[in-house]
Amino acid sequence: MAAIIQLQSDVLVIGGGPAACWASLAAREAGCSVVLVDKGYVGTSGATAPSNTGTWFATTPERRARLIAEREKSAEGLADLRQMGRVIDTATQHLHVLAERGYRFPRDDDGELYIANLRGPDYMRFLRQQLVRAGVIVRDHHPALELLVAGEVVAGAAGVARQLGQNWQARAGAVVLATGGCAFGSRILGATGLTGDGQLMAAELGASLSGMEFSNQYGIVPLHSSVNKGLPYFWASFYRADGSAIDIPPGQRFPVLARESLEGPISARLDRASGAVPEALRRGQPNCFLPFERAGIDPFEELFPIALRSEGTVRGTGGLKRGDDDCGVGIPGLFAAGDTLERQDIAGAATGGGGPNASWAVATGVWSGKGAAAFAQRLGSRAAERSVRPAGQAGLRPAASSRAIDPAEAVALVREEMLPVDRHFFRSAPRLAGSLTRLDTAWEAIRDHAQGDGVAALRLREAAALLASSRWACRAAQARTETRGMHRRLDAPESQPAQARRLTIAGIDQPVLSFDSLPLEAAAS
Amino acid sequence: MIELLSETRCTACNVCVKACPANVFEAVPGGVPVIARQGDCQTCFLCEIYCPVDALYVAVDPEHVTGITESAVVEAGLFGSYARALGWKKGREGGADSDPTHRLRQASLTAMPTGPRSTAP
Ligand SMILES: Cc1cc2nc3c(=O)[nH]c(=O)nc-3n(C[C@H](O)[C@H](O)[C@H](O)COP(=O)(O)OP(=O)(O)OC[C@H]3O[C@@H](n4cnc5c(N)ncnc54)[C@H](O)[C@@H]3O)c2cc1C
Ligand code: SF4
Ligand code: SF4
Repeated sequence: MAAIIQLQSDVLVIGGGPAACWASLAAREAGCSVVLVDKGYVGTSGATAPSNTGTWFATTPERRARLIAEREKSAEGLADLRQMGRVIDTATQHLHVLAERGYRFPRDDDGELYIANLRGPDYMRFLRQQLVRAGVIVRDHHPALELLVAGEVVAGAAGVARQLGQNWQARAGAVVLATGGCAFGSRILGATGLTGDGQLMAAELGASLSGMEFSNQYGIVPLHSSVNKGLPYFWASFYRADGSAIDIPPGQRFPVLARESLEGPISARLDRASGAVPEALRRGQPNCFLPFERAGIDPFEELFPIALRSEGTVRGTGGLKRGDDDCGVGIPGLFAAGDTLERQDIAGAATGGGGPNASWAVATGVWSGKGAAAFAQRLGSRAAERSVRPAGQAGLRPAASSRAIDPAEAVALVREEMLPVDRHFFRSAPRLAGSLTRLDTAWEAIRDHAQGDGVAALRLREAAALLASSRWACRAAQARTETRGMHRRLDAPESQPAQARRLTIAGIDQPVLSFDSLPLEAAAS
Repeated sequence: MIELLSETRCTACNVCVKACPANVFEAVPGGVPVIARQGDCQTCFLCEIYCPVDALYVAVDPEHVTGITESAVVEAGLFGSYARALGWKKGREGGADSDPTHRLRQASLTAMPTGPRSTAP
């Protein structure tokens, strides 16, 4: 390997989705120099870029109250009403900032700006242009592998510049982790890079996680495709292989389809769409129609086979536990934003998809960027004088003797244990225990023996991060001995009032789990 | 997965090498890039809209290679079809301002009082 690339800034942002972009812009506006390193390319990487995301915003107090009330209900006791209000307010303000800066929102039929939807490719490209204009140093294809610490304080990160064949090291006064959720290797839109790297890096320094049992949201895809956009299915009917229609009681679509999919093949047809809807669907959600166009299917007239595909924590709610209103995660100098953080505040036990997640990425991006800027400014020029050491373990610094470990095997195992409907849509104690035995064995092998450099190190770190998130998810699912929201235990189908509390996990090797002591309704008021 | 990079259409601008978030392409000095890591493709279709000359084709299946040929893609008119549907041209963005999604939200609130409601669009 050639010489190490050295980067230096007040704030380092790790990630390249909306959360990372908003964090960078906020830190820059606070007067800091900012370096952003992304695993992929800012504009195309992450879950937003290939999708369209609905947003969560309110321009009237009535709408704000209604949005909060709706989500409070589906959150099943785990949301935080104050944070919901903060997210809606900050996101609404910044959606208007987008419009002011020239993002081309459409207008509705009354001529009003329609900020309820962001077209992924356009939105992310626009944010990239804003970064460049603001003077943020953007480094694409620079995945971070580990954090750097000065004593107990986070002081930067190190990784690989995969298109340059070099390693990089970035020193900073504060770091924002915005590496997205963990998709457990599921082939959904935008998810290849979402391996939970940020969660692992933070946990290596002692940060804890929460809500990891809510890591099992599933979406509908046309069979043999990656397109997990849900909107068109609002107008769908669903069928069994014998052509009989599947009856779906209100609010029961996913459990019913999940059960049916275990019985035999299932299909859909968008036969409830009429009037202006088919045309608006085709033009408004073109990515949804790629599978149909390319297979020569008319989805409004013909049946097409579908499957349920896991969306991990991307549309689930688990992640790093937020320590304060600035999105610090309890480690000095370290902040997190977007899907890297747990989102029970806004979604509880239900999915944060459909608007809250997109707005969360905006709001927590802004807060973490400001928080990191303030932290870096307090350090001032002392930041650069500190001596640092790298903090990464599994995949980089084996606990025992190093030997060849194939990361692809670990990824295949994670997919087998974490994606099937009959393992994680419907969970049960024996299956969770079986998965954990195998996941723990694979984790121990990586922890004890794996060692790589350059791109090989990236693959090993991704495998380690996938295993870490899988083990947290299975342990949390074991500990929550009830059914709540997306966490469905076949062996404990009722909700337990005593478990209307969040579940915190600390530690990677021997995770320690505990229910938070305060019921959240009380904490929120 | 990404399946085709049309050597006849490609101008070797290397935009796809840079813009693919999964680092699937590899630049080739003096030539057109190659699809070097097909298995890493996340089937996001974004390279298609970044390519200024519609030289790329992504098949829908994210797990298996279909083996579709260039002539079949030409015949079906599929080179550049996603870009056209979005309103992107020559690798540049466009069309967000005429997105009719507001009609969908409107229809979903008014036109369908019965039936299951979408929970995760
Ligand atoms: C198909 C689909 C549809 C969706 N629709 C909606 C919707 O309608 N409404 C809604 O609210 N939400 C929706 N979501 C969820 C929404 O897209 C996410 O919540 C949002 O993208 C989160 O933003 P983020 O910046 O936290 O993460 P992401 O956008 O996922 O970005 C993560 C970034 O981190 C980078 N990264 C990862 N690891 C590293 C590393 N080691 N080093 C450097 N960089 C790294 C990745 O390259 C990527 O750029 C949808 C998701 C999908 C998949
Ligand atoms: S973006 Fe298109 S034209 Fe440019 S190198 Fe890639 S395939 Fe060729
Ligand atoms: S579809 Fe996406 S991941 Fe695949 S080659 Fe194109 S840009 Fe890369």
